[in-house]
Amino acid sequence: MLSRIAESLFWIGRYVERADDTARILDAHLQYLLEDPYLEEEAACRALLAVMGATPPSEETEATRTTVLDVLAYDRHAPGSIAGALAASRENARRAREVLSSELWECLNTTWNALPSRIRSSSPHEYFAWVRERAAIVGGITDAATRRDETLQFLLLGRSIERADMTARLVTSRTLAGGAGPGWMTLLRSCGAHEAFLRTYRGRDSETLAAEFLLLDRLFPRSVLFSLEQAERCLTRLAPIDGRGLREEDARKVLGRVRSRLEYQPLLSLLSSLTEEMVAVQEGCSDASDAIRLRYFPSGVADDWIGDRL
Amino acid sequence: MADLFDGYPEGVAWDEMIEPGHTVRAPYQHVHRTMGRLNADELRVRADALARSYLAQGVTFDVGGEERPFPLDSVPRVIDADEWGVLAPGIAQRVRALEALLADAYGPQQAIADGVLPRSLVVSSAHFARAARGIEPPNGVRVHVGGIDVIRDSAGGWRVLEDNVRVPSGVSYVLSNRRAMAQSFPELFARMRIRPVADYPRRLLQALHAAAPSGVDEPVVVVLTPGVYNSAYFEHSLLARLMGVELVEGRDLFCAGGKVYMRTTEGRRRVDVIYRRVDDDFIDPVVFRPDSLLGCPGLLSAARAGSVTIANAVGNGVADDKLTYTYLPDLIRYYLGEEPLLNNVDTWRLEEPESLNEVLDRLDELVVKPVDGSGGKGIIIGPAASREELDLARAHLRADPRGWIAQPVVQLSTVPTLAGDALRPRHVDLRPFAVNDGDDVWVLPGGLTRVALAEGQLVVNSSQGGGSKDTWVLGEMRRGARPPLTTEGGPPAPSSADGDTPAGVQQDANPTDTEMREQNQQQQQTPSSGEPPEPPTRRFPAWRSSC
Repeated sequence: MLSRIAESLFWIGRYVERADDTARILDAHLQYLLEDPYLEEEAACRALLAVMGATPPSEETEATRTTVLDVLAYDRHAPGSIAGALAASRENARRAREVLSSELWECLNTTWNALPSRIRSSSPHEYFAWVRERAAIVGGITDAATRRDETLQFLLLGRSIERADMTARLVTSRTLAGGAGPGWMTLLRSCGAHEAFLRTYRGRDSETLAAEFLLLDRLFPRSVLFSLEQAERCLTRLAPIDGRGLREEDARKVLGRVRSRLEYQPLLSLLSSLTEEMVAVQEGCSDASDAIRLRYFPSGVADDWIGDRL
Repeated sequence: MADLFDGYPEGVAWDEMIEPGHTVRAPYQHVHRTMGRLNADELRVRADALARSYLAQGVTFDVGGEERPFPLDSVPRVIDADEWGVLAPGIAQRVRALEALLADAYGPQQAIADGVLPRSLVVSSAHFARAARGIEPPNGVRVHVGGIDVIRDSAGGWRVLEDNVRVPSGVSYVLSNRRAMAQSFPELFARMRIRPVADYPRRLLQALHAAAPSGVDEPVVVVLTPGVYNSAYFEHSLLARLMGVELVEGRDLFCAGGKVYMRTTEGRRRVDVIYRRVDDDFIDPVVFRPDSLLGCPGLLSAARAGSVTIANAVGNGVADDKLTYTYLPDLIRYYLGEEPLLNNVDTWRLEEPESLNEVLDRLDELVVKPVDGSGGKGIIIGPAASREELDLARAHLRADPRGWIAQPVVQLSTVPTLAGDALRPRHVDLRPFAVNDGDDVWVLPGGLTRVALAEGQLVVNSSQGGGSKDTWVLGEMRRGARPPLTTEGGPPAPSSADGDTPAGVQQDANPTDTEMREQNQQQQQTPSSGEPPEPPTRRFPAWRSSC
């Protein structure tokens, strides 16, 4: 497969997942902002922007729900916003048009076409619901109509890495505004994990258990651990490990390091420095992404040849 | 475009939003301003969105085989902090008195011995379950959940209309109404301090855990439902889902050796607490109706053996009998030594001959209700009834004076409600929910406001075509003055350990995306003059090399 195509697939996976997860996080937080009368809106919005890796507005301007929505939901040019991610995923799909199934391409294209009117006419909650739905369709088509070859592995790889990263952000957002962020239950609900969690732990309402579930559950597909393992599995499918073990620059080294740090650290110590740990996960995902690019999509880096016309 | 409030009539009833003279009461200022800014179409769009979200979630009820969304009116009912400060303790007091009454009625019957309550009243109550005598609830709680219906009369005072301590329903609408309203009217939630209701399932589960038989560490709680055809099935499933417990039907349970089990794929599993939403009559065919398929044979003996807790307890109906209701102010004084915080509606006890005669005379101006009815069934409203209906009612009253009570017609207060293209006053009541965990009676801030959608209609029950309104209790605290968080059994709040600023790594993007944009611009550019642009030197994408 062409490196360029593979790269597009990888990023389609990441962007769609990013749009999905951002919609979930925003939905939970905005609802929470509305329902909790005691919350400091300004601080909460700034913190949310920070968690999502966006630059908060300068000190003079006030950060409100509208700011958050503009930056993280409606901006069509920033890759960190929902609309931006959807636009970018469609752009990447256009480049990889020939290996994508028509269904997948049409789905991404329709989504992109509908963006302006959606942004204009629906309430934030409806917009988020729509984004989740579109992402689910992408997931379904990927699952049902993609050959289990490299195409799928790259899509899945992108999705898993993004998911680990976003769930880490979601967990960090628990600490918004000095511990007054939405409770674990809201966060669980936002990633569709609430019912699964309740069933797993029979309604025991413990913060530790909820954190453990989002970080370490082996069976829930949105937990950080599950996503990291999935990414590692994809990499192994793409390049089985030979007798000499992993090469120095292999992305699995980075992912494995992050994973084992979560997996083998005592839970309480993990929780007591949650923000740092989650930043480490995000950095790990970013490093892994770089390592994958070096290995599989070298075009952008290696071909520094100068003006040599054939 | 007409103002939605144009031509809003001043009625005889107390209007919750608009005082006589068309001034808006303080707690409703924001609501009035926001609603006033909308026109009928805009409000209709939001109302449709509310209905759609209910259809999608399945918050519906059945009308002749077709699923209709449960009508939620767009105009909320608002209660300010001071008023709630009177109402909530009043509700809690009432629940404590009902608890004491039940403990007494199924125990020493001291109140009867002391002449506060007639023995005949207790033993003649249709819901006095002899089989429940001797069942001692583990933490002494029989009313785990209570729903006390209150109304506001035309003078603006709160009065209790009836108590519900059997299986009060409607709390699911409180939860889903709030969710839907927050999504439809974000601007109001942003401006007002509305006390959240989402805590209810947690409180309920906590109370059910507290009620578990002693010696059980991690009690298994289940919600017992009559099944999917029950009109409140949505509520049963919602509560089970939000509490993370199993939703069972009678056939999923069985009793063996004085213990209750449920059938699971991994064999039988002990059940410790049953939050039942099945009526007494159907809960145990051994003791009650032998033809019942909704319950589980042997439940009551298991409860008597103390191996399972049934919540709410069996036999609670004796406390919400409408004749018992008339004694409640006395019972509050007797059991609690307190003055009642909330008044009853004046009620005639028809067993007293002179009351009966007076009522029979004035039947056309009174309301008569069956003592054990619920859901607005059997109520006869004198002024609205026909001559035949009144005659029939007279015959009923003469035949069974114990079975009926009479009350004056109370003009329930009104709240503006969307009717056609305008807002019009419609009558409402309020059912606050109280959860008793044995230490404390917690009242859910707000409750279910039911509204009669037809003009002048005084029966607000949903089975009689009523709708509901979201009920907002305003918080007394300012933004920012958040009460300290209590973390129970959890780790130290994770944030405080590592500073106040949560951090995130900047999100990266496909580097090709940005290059493509530059390149796109280059492709669009036409050389301005003779000099061709320098060919790009760095990061030249591979596929371009072929041209």
